[in-house]
Amino acid sequence: MTQQHIYQTHETAWCPGCGNFGILEALKMALEGLNLDPHDVVILGGIGQAPKTPQYIECNSFCGLHGRAVPPAVAVKMVNLNLKVIINSGDGDSYGEGGNHFLHNIRRNVDIAHFVHDNQLYALTKGQASPTTMEGMVTPVQVEGSMSIPFNPLLVALGTGAGFVARGFSGRPEHLAGLMKRAISYRGYALVDIFQNCVTFNKLNTYAWYNSRVYELDDSHDTSDLAAAMALASQFGEQIPIGVLYEKPQPDYNSRHAQLSSGQVLAGRDNDPEVVARLMRQLV
Amino acid sequence: MYNLLIGGAAGQGVDTITHVLERFIKHAGCGVFTTRDLMSRIRGGHNFALLRFGQTAPSGHDDRLDGLIALNEETLALHLPSLDPQGFALTGLDSDSQDPRVIKLDSLGIAKSLGNQRAAGSVALGAALKLLGIPFTREAAGPIFARYLKEDLVPVNVQAAQAGHESVSQLKKPLQGPYDGHLLLSGAQALCFGAMAAGLQFYAAYPMSPSTSILEHLAQHAGEVGYLVEQAEDEIAAINMALGASYAGARAMTGTSGGGFSLMVEGLGLAGMGEIPLVVVNAMRPGPATGLPTRTEQSDLRFVISAAQGEFPRMVIALRNHEDAFHQTARAFEMAEKYQIPVILLTDQYLQEATATIPLPNPYHIRQPQPLPPEGKGEYARYRYTKSGISPRILPGDPRGFSAVDSDEHDEQGRIIEDADTRVKMMDKRMGKLALLKKDLQEPEHLGEKEPDILLIGWGSMDGPLREAVDLLNAGEGPRVGALVFGDVWPLPERRLRKYAQQAKQRINVEQNYTGQLAQLIREQTGIAMDASVLKYDGRQLTGAQIADRVTKEAGK
Repeated sequence: MTQQHIYQTHETAWCPGCGNFGILEALKMALEGLNLDPHDVVILGGIGQAPKTPQYIECNSFCGLHGRAVPPAVAVKMVNLNLKVIINSGDGDSYGEGGNHFLHNIRRNVDIAHFVHDNQLYALTKGQASPTTMEGMVTPVQVEGSMSIPFNPLLVALGTGAGFVARGFSGRPEHLAGLMKRAISYRGYALVDIFQNCVTFNKLNTYAWYNSRVYELDDSHDTSDLAAAMALASQFGEQIPIGVLYEKPQPDYNSRHAQLSSGQVLAGRDNDPEVVARLMRQLV
Repeated sequence: MYNLLIGGAAGQGVDTITHVLERFIKHAGCGVFTTRDLMSRIRGGHNFALLRFGQTAPSGHDDRLDGLIALNEETLALHLPSLDPQGFALTGLDSDSQDPRVIKLDSLGIAKSLGNQRAAGSVALGAALKLLGIPFTREAAGPIFARYLKEDLVPVNVQAAQAGHESVSQLKKPLQGPYDGHLLLSGAQALCFGAMAAGLQFYAAYPMSPSTSILEHLAQHAGEVGYLVEQAEDEIAAINMALGASYAGARAMTGTSGGGFSLMVEGLGLAGMGEIPLVVVNAMRPGPATGLPTRTEQSDLRFVISAAQGEFPRMVIALRNHEDAFHQTARAFEMAEKYQIPVILLTDQYLQEATATIPLPNPYHIRQPQPLPPEGKGEYARYRYTKSGISPRILPGDPRGFSAVDSDEHDEQGRIIEDADTRVKMMDKRMGKLALLKKDLQEPEHLGEKEPDILLIGWGSMDGPLREAVDLLNAGEGPRVGALVFGDVWPLPERRLRKYAQQAKQRINVEQNYTGQLAQLIREQTGIAMDASVLKYDGRQLTGAQIADRVTKEAGK
């Protein structure tokens, strides 16, 4: 039923072969698989190549400022828990410019799914180092090679208390769609870091580079084991695990909040003038 | 009208004593206006409150004292020179002052004998009430102390105040007025109630003086009224959260001071580009950078009018006084929603923290604008071109269409475009809303003479001091004085300004800043130039008397 509503628009601005196509395909599979009415879905992004995703899929969209996708996303969910809130944004947007929001919204644990298109560099601005760029990678700015220690989003998320942490690869859209479905269904903040090849600017972490390294986690991994998840999150070499690393139910923001736990929707609501007047009269 | 100063080190109870005094004085029927002078520290230093009251409600503060409660010797040394010859100064027994106006009270001894030496301040409080001719009854005192103290501390403080009241004789003629039934509240509280009355559903902020009191007051009542308050991880998050909440359909506000506003600037532009209704409070303090965190200034006017890259319609309203703070905050929500624009409320430390007596505002008469229903047939488009420039707004979750925000330039559906034609049409649509908005502007309030020799021009919290200055000047034999006090400052209302500026022989702007920002704006927008300026930028608000003195010096120059 929803299939006819969710569609790709006539034009994308991505390069042919871009990993974003696989992610968009997976996203559509996930949304359709969950049978979500697009009118109840809000997809937000910041600025970059990844955050154009909301432009290419038919549902409610909020393409905001660079690095600032998470604050409006959590606020949408806070004021209307009937909406499904999803972020599609890049590694620079999510971990660089928006790093502070990333940290503190893991702690806030609002029920949103955060899909990070992680191509390990800035693509919209043509190839500079991002927080996840590998050490030594030469770029137009890091001319002697990137000197900084790469940011490990999975380990940071696990260490900060995230209840759902996963990694996917744009080259495995069906596997990725499964991760996305679980992330969207998870009640709380859910991070899926998605390896994505950049055909134009990243000549190091290519499709083949990722494809030869990633392996899908199977049932032998206990997703409730934090130590095991952290060990997997630290694997970044010849073998890199993809799948759900960690999943633990924990009360989300709305269900813990005194005013929201009853299911109160603030969008479109008005205050009772009698209550306001009574409070003012207390100041007489 | 009497003026009482209560001073001491941080942590000595200046604030509580002041609150309790205000309540007793209002209970006696007097109108109250109290300002706070606080240092940016938690312990020590010198803090004081200036409590002014009378048969008619004062509109501002004064620095000439009729009474002084000195909780330490420093307060006495600093403020005795401002004390009226017929005034009084209450100190402890340990004071070595020989001034005949000084009354040495064994507050500490009395409090100790009652079993709690921390009640010494209440002894002085009781004595001050007696000296000022304010009645004291235990029946009235209990509920008043209970507002500000833990329950178990109330009886001893009531006893201490009564002992203080009985320890001295009345000195001043008693004052009475009709204010017992009024509200006693701060400018920040008035703003908060205005927001609640307008249907505030979401407030996000990061603590910063002097805006923090908004965050605290709103948090205090959130559960009862039902809106949400969230402390954001930084000001950038605060404004972007408010934008998300508003996009989803909750009336939203954020608040900060100049430093935080600087961080919010990009978000302000997103509100403009995305046509997202938003109310942003900037409670001004002296800058630049950290400036004077606990002092006052009116130096962000030019900044907030032009903040953010690019051009977009916005409205800026300066709050003038406590009643105005209530009504204009409510109106800000209405304007933001009607025009789908950011509305900036400018207030400052002076108005935020000053307490005053105002009549109970009627919260029912505020018109609640509703989101416009989609018009016409065919596919819904969030940024539909319309004659007014205002597009029908639906919320996410509405089966009639999709709601889109794009910070890039976009088409009617909210999708990225780069073509020149759409860009021009979208700019014209957004900026076109200004023409309608101008019809909703409120002209500055006129005070004093209808055909003045001297026209004073001010804005925001200079309202109270200007009222007093105009009265003081017109009570004398000098030139006749009128004033215009601007609340709406952007877009600048021009009709009344042009009329009075033309009539007057001399035009003088009165502002709490260095460069005369309103005068600059008026000249830029209308070509009308001021003939002189009364400016102050030391972090302490001009008083009516100071304005009158300085205007007299400038008159006829």
